[in-house]
Amino acid sequence: MRLQYFLLTAAALFCIGVYGLVTSRNAVRVLMSIELMLNAVNLNLMAFSNYVDPDEIKGQVFTTFVIAIAAAEAAVGLAIVLAIYRNRDTVDMEKFNLLKW
Amino acid sequence: MNLAEGVQLVSFGVLTALLLLAALGVVLLKNVVYSAFLLGGAFISMAGLYFLLNADFVAAAQILVYVGAINVLILFAIMLVNKREDYDPVKGTGVRRGATALVCLGLFALLSTMIVSTPWGISSATPAGDGSIVKIGIHFFTDYLLPFELVSVLLLIALVGAIVLARREFIPEILSSKGEDEALMLPERPRELVASSTPSNTANLK
Repeated sequence: MRLQYFLLTAAALFCIGVYGLVTSRNAVRVLMSIELMLNAVNLNLMAFSNYVDPDEIKGQVFTTFVIAIAAAEAAVGLAIVLAIYRNRDTVDMEKFNLLKW
Repeated sequence: MNLAEGVQLVSFGVLTALLLLAALGVVLLKNVVYSAFLLGGAFISMAGLYFLLNADFVAAAQILVYVGAINVLILFAIMLVNKREDYDPVKGTGVRRGATALVCLGLFALLSTMIVSTPWGISSATPAGDGSIVKIGIHFFTDYLLPFELVSVLLLIALVGAIVLARREFIPEILSSKGEDEALMLPERPRELVASSTPSNTANLK
């Protein structure tokens, strides 16, 4: 088992997340893509923690922080999606142009 | 973890295949409910990868927080906004998708060449393994004490913010002028109107 395998997996997952983030039209799916990207970052941190820093494992501490932030982000993001849905009656990202001119 | 090299490699391959297929399904499937369940699958295979990386505490936290909390929250959100709507076609969707796919593939190529060509300083120390939870606890209460407390405050802020954002506004002034508005009421538990003599809508908080 080598470090590079995990890093390549994380890179692929991150790229899938970026693709979903840009192309999705459903706002909930955009939030799911953000979760995928956060997971890719977590996998990177864990791989480095296991292979480069195995006795201090600071990467695992950072991963725990990222998981906590992701939980907060998901709660607030989904609340925002619900609020927008109640106002605009749609979850289509193309119709959310409140802050565009 | 004491697993043979071959067993580790095979389980890594299976878990990675599951993870990437589930992630592709999340992004590409039409039905958003399937996406949400596949997202749960991706999180579970991610927890398996954490087990391969000698991190049992973080794997348990991953399953508890991601699958148990975030995925369920996403499913609830889908249930609440579940409207069968056909999105209006936007001009140039195909070009946009192609360009995005090209950029993502380029990013992946760039990252993978960087990963393969960099000499990583791999340590030869034995991994913490089963003692990892003790190490994490020591980190939390010594050198990462301030971020730990900040995260707890942030979770409280997010909790309050999510409730404030998702709460249904219930304004008696608007109701009395426009009549009963269905969208502003909880259908399963209608609340009685509060006296509109109070100046703001703080009266509905109780």
